[in-house]
Amino acid sequence: MEINLEEQFQAKIEQEIKIEPRDWMPEKYRKTLLRQISQHAHSEIVGMLPEGNWITRAPNLRRKVALLAKVQDEAGHGLYLYSAAETLGMSRDQMLEELHTGKAKYSSIFNYPTLTWADMGAIGWLVDGAAIMNQVPLCRTSYGPYARAMVRVCKEESFHQRQGYEIMLTLCKGSEAQKAMAQDALNRWWWPSIMMFGPNDDNSPNSAQSMKWKIKRFSNDELRQKFIDVTVSQTEILGLTIPDKDLKWNESRGHYDFGTINWEEFNNVVAGKGPCNKERLNARVKAWENGAWVRDAATAYAEKRANKKNNSTEAA
Amino acid sequence: MDQKEVLFDYILHLADNSMIIGQRNSEWCGHGPVLEQDIALTNIALDLIGEARSLYQYAAEIKGGNCTEDSLPFLRDIREFRNLLLVEQPNTDWAYTIVRQFFFDVFHYLVNKDILDNSNDLRLKEIAAKTIKESTYHLKWSSEWVIRLGDGTDISKLKMQTAVDDLWDFTGELFILSETEQKAMDLGFGADLKKAEQLWHEKVKEILNEACLTIPSTDFAQQGGKTGIHSEHFGYILAEMQFMQRAYPGLEW
Repeated sequence: MEINLEEQFQAKIEQEIKIEPRDWMPEKYRKTLLRQISQHAHSEIVGMLPEGNWITRAPNLRRKVALLAKVQDEAGHGLYLYSAAETLGMSRDQMLEELHTGKAKYSSIFNYPTLTWADMGAIGWLVDGAAIMNQVPLCRTSYGPYARAMVRVCKEESFHQRQGYEIMLTLCKGSEAQKAMAQDALNRWWWPSIMMFGPNDDNSPNSAQSMKWKIKRFSNDELRQKFIDVTVSQTEILGLTIPDKDLKWNESRGHYDFGTINWEEFNNVVAGKGPCNKERLNARVKAWENGAWVRDAATAYAEKRANKKNNSTEAA
Repeated sequence: MDQKEVLFDYILHLADNSMIIGQRNSEWCGHGPVLEQDIALTNIALDLIGEARSLYQYAAEIKGGNCTEDSLPFLRDIREFRNLLLVEQPNTDWAYTIVRQFFFDVFHYLVNKDILDNSNDLRLKEIAAKTIKESTYHLKWSSEWVIRLGDGTDISKLKMQTAVDDLWDFTGELFILSETEQKAMDLGFGADLKKAEQLWHEKVKEILNEACLTIPSTDFAQQGGKTGIHSEHFGYILAEMQFMQRAYPGLEW
């Protein structure tokens, strides 16, 4: 019976029929998705912090409003994604518990510090750009609620990326100090951004299964290559230099070759040793703990209201 | 002060109020007690800073020269800011933030309503027409939170009462007319604060009663914001807000 269900499930995947919350699914498919979507939701929420760091210091009102709206969008993405993940049988509070105890991960890119205003440009351009490369294929992912959430997320992300690039462009057209600030931001965000695509394919044990289930449609290395290929020309327009001396066009491959990624750094940051891992997690835990009395009060008030309503209905 | 100067100064008072409470609220972004409310408070911050922008643009046009929507918030020093002491008070916790917002929302709504209905300045009316839609929602949101937390748990009630008691001292200033406000009223473009004061007290009483919170009996009022005598907190707001414009003067961003 089990084999039959699994065959039917795989047949649906092959026919590009979306899997919905009430459909039968292999336990491992559910777990893989739950891990991936909740991780993605956590990344949105933790991702609010490095950019949130500059809201009160944005250089003018137009930029302040745009940044505030952008960080707010990320909170919104977190909401859609937590809702999508909840359809797989775990509550938002449980997911947050896993984030706060360090059991669940989030994207390592957010463990780097935002030091200058140019980082708001670099994050929008590179980090959101890399995220879009990863996320556009997810709009067609096999799990319906995730795919639908990603359609909304992607629309907003591409707007954020343009906004980030426009910040970089303004800096690069500006003074020497502004241009140096932009180059410095590119230097610091380049390698972490291309690490966002995850380990090399031969080092990514879960990828094959996720491809078979059409959770993933392209491999880490394919997406990374695609990102580098499109970003090089964008960098040239800015007049900036990508900090990789091995980066050059390879005519026979039809792609850019690039230098070796420092996987030791990647593994360290994943393992909690990035420059801001502790600050990010502490900020989330602090917000959650300081908010406990507010959530408790809201619940208590809602209960009082419900009781009052019941009593008055009974009386009537 | 001639009429133009009064108008300029009056607009700054309105703009600085919304700018500074918007700046304070934006400090919460990413740190709220629950995701939905993080989004809601950020929305309010966006509305208020958006309103401040419209007002600064208007003020900059009146002033002329190099004055812009950005030079006004980013290049004035503390003594030139005209906002209420209430709006610069620190976030402290969610209770203080909600009570500060509620006291301000009632005031903000009434001032804009009066400008919309009675001002002889068309541009101010136009801005107020947009603002009133937003501030109606803000007031609904903050009133609901005052009630929810006042009538929630013992802990939330205590925190709310503490916030009400502490922030109450800054509410008297709302209705003590500065010279500019008096002239703006006489000239027919400024809001009538005497009328607003009574309505403010009625609304605040109604909501605090429903929230099972006590209205402080003192009528002592801290004042000074409207004439640029601010709290020590304010210098740090400016240090943060103006950092880029001070460190890199005269650049485009």
